[in-house]
Amino acid sequence: MPTAPALAPAPQVRPRTPGGGRGARAGWTVAVAVPLAFLAVFFVGPVAEIVGRGFVADGRLDLGGFGDVFSRPRTWRVVGQTLAQATLGTVGAVLLGVPGAYLLYRCRFRGRDALRAFVTVPFVLPTVVVGVAFRSLLVDGGLLGGLGLDGTFTAIVLALVFFNYAIVVRTVGGMWERLDPRTEQAARALGASPWRVLRTVTLPALGPAVASAASLVFLFCATAFGTVLVLGGRRYGTVETEIWIQTTQFLDLRAAAVLSVVQLVVVVAALSVAGRARARTERALTLGGPAATARPVRLREPVDAVAVVVTALTVGGLLALPLVNLVVRSMRTPRGWGLDNYAALAVPQDTLAVSAWQAAGTSVRTAVDATVIALVVGGLVALVVSRRPRGAPARRAVAGLDTLFMLPLGVSAVTVGFGFLVSMDAPLGIPVDLRTSPVLVAVAQAVVAVPLVVRTVLPVLRAVDPRQREVAATLGAAPGRVLRTVDLAVALRAVGLALGFAFAASLGEFGATSFLARPQDPTLPVVIFRLLGRPGAENYGAALAASVLLAALTAGIVAVCERLRRPGIGGAW
Amino acid sequence: MSDGLQAADVVVRYAAAAAPAVDGVDLAVPTGEVVALLGPSGCGKSSLLRAVAGLEPLSGGDVAWDGVSVADVPVHRRGFGLLFQDGQLFAHRDVAGNVAYGLAERRDRVARDARVAELLDLVGLPGTQRRDVGTLSGGERQRVALARALAPRPRLLLLDEPLSALDRALRERLALDLRDVLVATGTTALFVTHDQDEAFAVADRVAVMDAGRLLQVAAPGDLWARPASRRVAQFLGYEAFVDVPGAGDAVAPAVRALVDAARTAGLALLPTGGVLALAAGAFVVARDGHPGGARDVDGVVRVLRSRRGRTEVVVDVDGVGRVSALAPAGWTCTPGERVALRADAAAVAGLSG
Repeated sequence: MPTAPALAPAPQVRPRTPGGGRGARAGWTVAVAVPLAFLAVFFVGPVAEIVGRGFVADGRLDLGGFGDVFSRPRTWRVVGQTLAQATLGTVGAVLLGVPGAYLLYRCRFRGRDALRAFVTVPFVLPTVVVGVAFRSLLVDGGLLGGLGLDGTFTAIVLALVFFNYAIVVRTVGGMWERLDPRTEQAARALGASPWRVLRTVTLPALGPAVASAASLVFLFCATAFGTVLVLGGRRYGTVETEIWIQTTQFLDLRAAAVLSVVQLVVVVAALSVAGRARARTERALTLGGPAATARPVRLREPVDAVAVVVTALTVGGLLALPLVNLVVRSMRTPRGWGLDNYAALAVPQDTLAVSAWQAAGTSVRTAVDATVIALVVGGLVALVVSRRPRGAPARRAVAGLDTLFMLPLGVSAVTVGFGFLVSMDAPLGIPVDLRTSPVLVAVAQAVVAVPLVVRTVLPVLRAVDPRQREVAATLGAAPGRVLRTVDLAVALRAVGLALGFAFAASLGEFGATSFLARPQDPTLPVVIFRLLGRPGAENYGAALAASVLLAALTAGIVAVCERLRRPGIGGAW
Repeated sequence: MSDGLQAADVVVRYAAAAAPAVDGVDLAVPTGEVVALLGPSGCGKSSLLRAVAGLEPLSGGDVAWDGVSVADVPVHRRGFGLLFQDGQLFAHRDVAGNVAYGLAERRDRVARDARVAELLDLVGLPGTQRRDVGTLSGGERQRVALARALAPRPRLLLLDEPLSALDRALRERLALDLRDVLVATGTTALFVTHDQDEAFAVADRVAVMDAGRLLQVAAPGDLWARPASRRVAQFLGYEAFVDVPGAGDAVAPAVRALVDAARTAGLALLPTGGVLALAAGAFVVARDGHPGGARDVDGVVRVLRSRRGRTEVVVDVDGVGRVSALAPAGWTCTPGERVALRADAAAVAGLSG
């Protein structure tokens, strides 16, 4: 039987790839170009402008600004404080978070889902609210005023741990949930004690997840702004608050630019560590499938007992106490208990042009715009990065895109806001002064929210077996239909969660917004900060009430979106 | 002859690998025929299948249907269906949603429902339209995946080890069902497997592949009776090879008995320098046979095992090596014992060298 077909194959040099045709190629080009253009105009451009101001003076390269800024003892103090508080905050979050991850993801007990939702609350709270909550607890006359922690380094570190505890719990817990329990059972059967199993089997397996969470926490701690600004007063600050102070108080733009560069170096270093750890996590995760590994808590077992005690103390003392105290204090007025502070939200306070309610309206409107922008840009990035192209150069380009869009997560929001301020009078040389446009605030908030969207949607898209797309194509589905019926259908719930995170992040964004919000249209976090800066019990009371309002708004939004999430699927956070 | 699928000199190369995964394969599947691609894992058979589907780019050669090259036709326009080992059902759709996915008439509710019902009947799962695919057993999942792949009436169905993930009893039953469905629908199919029994049960012709190349293409019976090479014979399960002796050579009694049995059966003319390939059962334990005489065939029993009620012994035979011999049901002995054997030409094939 002749097996050679009738036609002779033409000699070829290039491998022939039967792709999706010209339409698909155009689609992918747009999917890459839109986010890149957004990032270039609204992130790289402004940040480069700032960096340029540190290096260039009178049109020439001038590193004199560095020498000047680094010869100030104040600079070294701020850098030292930044690294010290970030390190301590990270260590604290990991030490408390790992037992929490065990209890919330490896054990079963009544109310576990509610507790999981509760520990997430601090993470989505606006930084200003976290600062206000801790201050109202530690201030003279506050519940823990006797400890003398108000305005101390310890208070800042505690607030940072409060804020970042959820990152460790969710990242490490998500991995722990999927570890194959039979490895541990094998170790037990070989005669290892529960502690030895934990030390020699479980924790090494969780290593990448812990490293990934720790580097993210370090990043958030090192760039913390609102919390530190509210709690640190004049004595303690981070590079981030120092940039703000140099810009708004001392009007020393060159010093601010130099500090932005310093911040950028720290962030890039932390991000590259995070990226490597994350890659290892994702590789490791493919080894084990999701398993039903949760078992009831057994208080007689020492591992469980330690986890229960540590988590109970953390949740009760560190997480719940400041929040409950904030709500209670917001109802205390100079004339006794009541809702007067909340009534005050309806009228403009002190010298402010608007009431807190109006500011809340501005916040929500801005956050809606920011969320839409972040979802489009972040969704496209996640889609592109989730693909594993054939060629090595293309694969490297995709990995680079991933890292590039993580940058806004760590690059100081203050730097972004400041950069907008100095570059948006004529973006890309086009003489359109965007600085007076309210859209600018939404765009800045979207820049901050994009990495959250990417990190939430990407793991879900990556988890889609590529053969699902292949099988859809062999059933005759064109690339557009594959995208709609496979990728989008699977990612829908993750998109809901991303929407919640993006909205919460935009609602509470303070660093960039504090530069960009127009005086007559402040957002709620800006109003809270301004109220705090004014004397008088009424202003303080209104700040507390406004904080409760903002906290309720963000937590409520995330809670609704969290409900959309399918259990076991979704990003690490 | 340009009817059906023609793969000509197909080369598939992966960036990281030194040797091509598929190295110049020519294969034709005429319309209506089922061809099995049989080979050990890593031999390139799945890469060839993916290249035919358009999921892997060709580094050389061509894939054509009815004489027209499809190398530049994107996957979704080729009209080639694909069934994966693990089915790859869409977890977010129910059974009917999966089966209807590739239907051209999926927007016409009545026609769609009728076709889905017809396909589910065909694969033996009537009435399961609304089932969540997560609740299906492994075998049911593959049946749904088969219905889904057949729904758009593909001109060629590619099956990538569709039964390998199932347990043995189910695999054997599904292999027969699969053959029935493919014949009933007149589907042209290319079927990848590493299991000889499965290939023989499902296919009209079997193509044996190794290290990126096709070694032999033949109907199951021909393939078994006349393996083209020692490698093919080894892969089919032939376990020992004996050189055919010259006329005056002094040889072991077992070899002499084999050659005599093969000659008597008219197996093939066995030239000197040819090779006899021995499958399990080339020797049979002689009932009540007692070893003794110098010309008697015998072997030393190493292992005694039971295969579906029949006794099989692994014996060391002088001049042949270690082979599996069949014994009557209920027969037993102790390992180390010497037993009398006779040769059975039905399990012997001749190779030309």
